[in-house]
Parts: sequence; structure tokens; C-alpha cells
Amino acid sequence: MTLILFSYFASVIVLAAIGVIASRKPVNSALALLVMFFHVAGLFVLLDAEFIAAVQIIVYAGAILVLYLFVLMLLNLRAEEGYHRQFVIGLTVGLGILVEAVLILGRSGFADRFPPSVPLTPSAASAAGNTEGLGRALYTTYLFPFEVASLILLVAMIGAIILAKKGIFGKEGKNRRGQI
Amino acid sequence: MVPLSYYVILSLIVFMIGVIGVLIRRNIIVLLLSIELMLNAANINFVAFSHYLQNITGQVFVFFVLTVAAAEVVVGLAIIIALYRGKATINVEDVNLMKW
Repeated sequence: MTLILFSYFASVIVLAAIGVIASRKPVNSALALLVMFFHVAGLFVLLDAEFIAAVQIIVYAGAILVLYLFVLMLLNLRAEEGYHRQFVIGLTVGLGILVEAVLILGRSGFADRFPPSVPLTPSAASAAGNTEGLGRALYTTYLFPFEVASLILLVAMIGAIILAKKGIFGKEGKNRRGQI
Repeated sequence: MVPLSYYVILSLIVFMIGVIGVLIRRNIIVLLLSIELMLNAANINFVAFSHYLQNITGQVFVFFVLTVAAAEVVVGLAIIIALYRGKATINVEDVNLMKW
């Protein structure tokens, strides 16, 4: 049953990812990415990470994609847009690396060291529920990175305001000084 | 039961699709969307390993990856808006003033 669900999620994730990079209109790319986010959240639920799945939907699909769609609507683009000049080289190199990496991974004996029967015995940490286990780890062992993450968000907010606000350094018009 | 290597190969495929997207698209916003693909692939990898090694650290790291992805999207889109105001294009090939 898990295998059926995994194959469904995995196939839709790959198809949606190809839809993101191959769509002609940028809005179609954003919507394909939305489909992918939901199925990645489903994959997280399969892996007993329900809190991360919920956070994925709320943050990625509910905040980041909305930001992208705002900017897309703001810029009001035309639909026609071909691929990059280096389309063939990029595709060849990318597909080459992908095929090589899958082959190396397939014959590396990696699969033997993690047999499928490992996760059948949950430890005490996951028996308490995903949210509690994550909260416990985040507020005790990983407290400092947690505070640093809040600082990162503050810096991002300040940076976005400075970069995108008109006339923030006092003058508007052609001779605006201090524009980055 | 799904073996761990399936998740790693899925993460690898999605990551490489993201890399190909960065290489072949001209629209800056689709470029940033491909970078989000790469970050999601890394997230899948982290959560899969966290499940198979029964260690919560993988999911803690996913938390931070989500935070950094949000911050990066905000700053990236602000840069795109500033670029659009200066040059009225979002084509990466048109931003070539410093090219030789």
C-alpha cells in the first residue's frame, strides 16, 4: 500500500517538476509547482512527518507561491518566450549527470545498507508524535540555529524593503543616488 | 515497505530537473522556481533519511531549509522588481552590461 502511494506521489512530483521547467507561460510553471508542493507534502505524511507536511503546505504553497504569483501579476508578462540560447547544452549536460548519478547510485550497494525493514520499530522520540519530537529538538538542542533563522528572516525583510521600495533614499527620478 | 534508495533517487531526479530548469530557461522567475525545485528535492532527502535513521535531526534541518528558502525568495523577488524598474526586462539574456 505504501508502495502504491509512493509511486503515485513520485510520478506526479516528477511530472509536475518537468511541467515547471517546460511550461511556456510562467503562471503555468507556478501552478505546476503548486501541484508538486502538495504531493511532496503527501510524501512527507507517508514518512511520518505530518508537521513538516503541514508547514510545507502553509509556507511553500501558501506564502512563497503567493509571493511569486504577486510578482508575476505585477510584471504582467507576455506569454511567448523561447528557451535559452544554450538550451541543447544545458539539457545534454543535465540529462547526462542525471543518468550517471542514477546508475552510480543503483550499483553502489547503497540499497543494501538500508534495508526496508529498518523503520518498522519506531523509537521513543517518534512515538511521542512528530510535532512534539520536533519541538523538543528545536528548543533544546537546536536553539541557537533557531534564533539565527529568525535573524535571517529579519535580514530578508529589511533587504526586500530596501531593494524594492521606490524613493527610499530620499530622491526619486533619474538621478536617484544610492540605488543598489 | 519502500526502500530508502527510492527516495534518494526521486530526490536526485527532482534536483536534476531543477538544475536543467536553471540552465535552459530565460525567464528569471522560472529560474527562481527551479531553485525552489532543488530545495524541495533536498527536503525530500532529509525527511527520508530522518525517517529511516529514526533521528529527528533531519526534520529540524528541513525546518531551517524552509526558512532560508522563504528568505531567499523574498530577496530574489525584490531584486527582480528592482531589475525590472531599471531595465524593463526579465530575460536573463538581456542583463549583459558587464559581459565581455
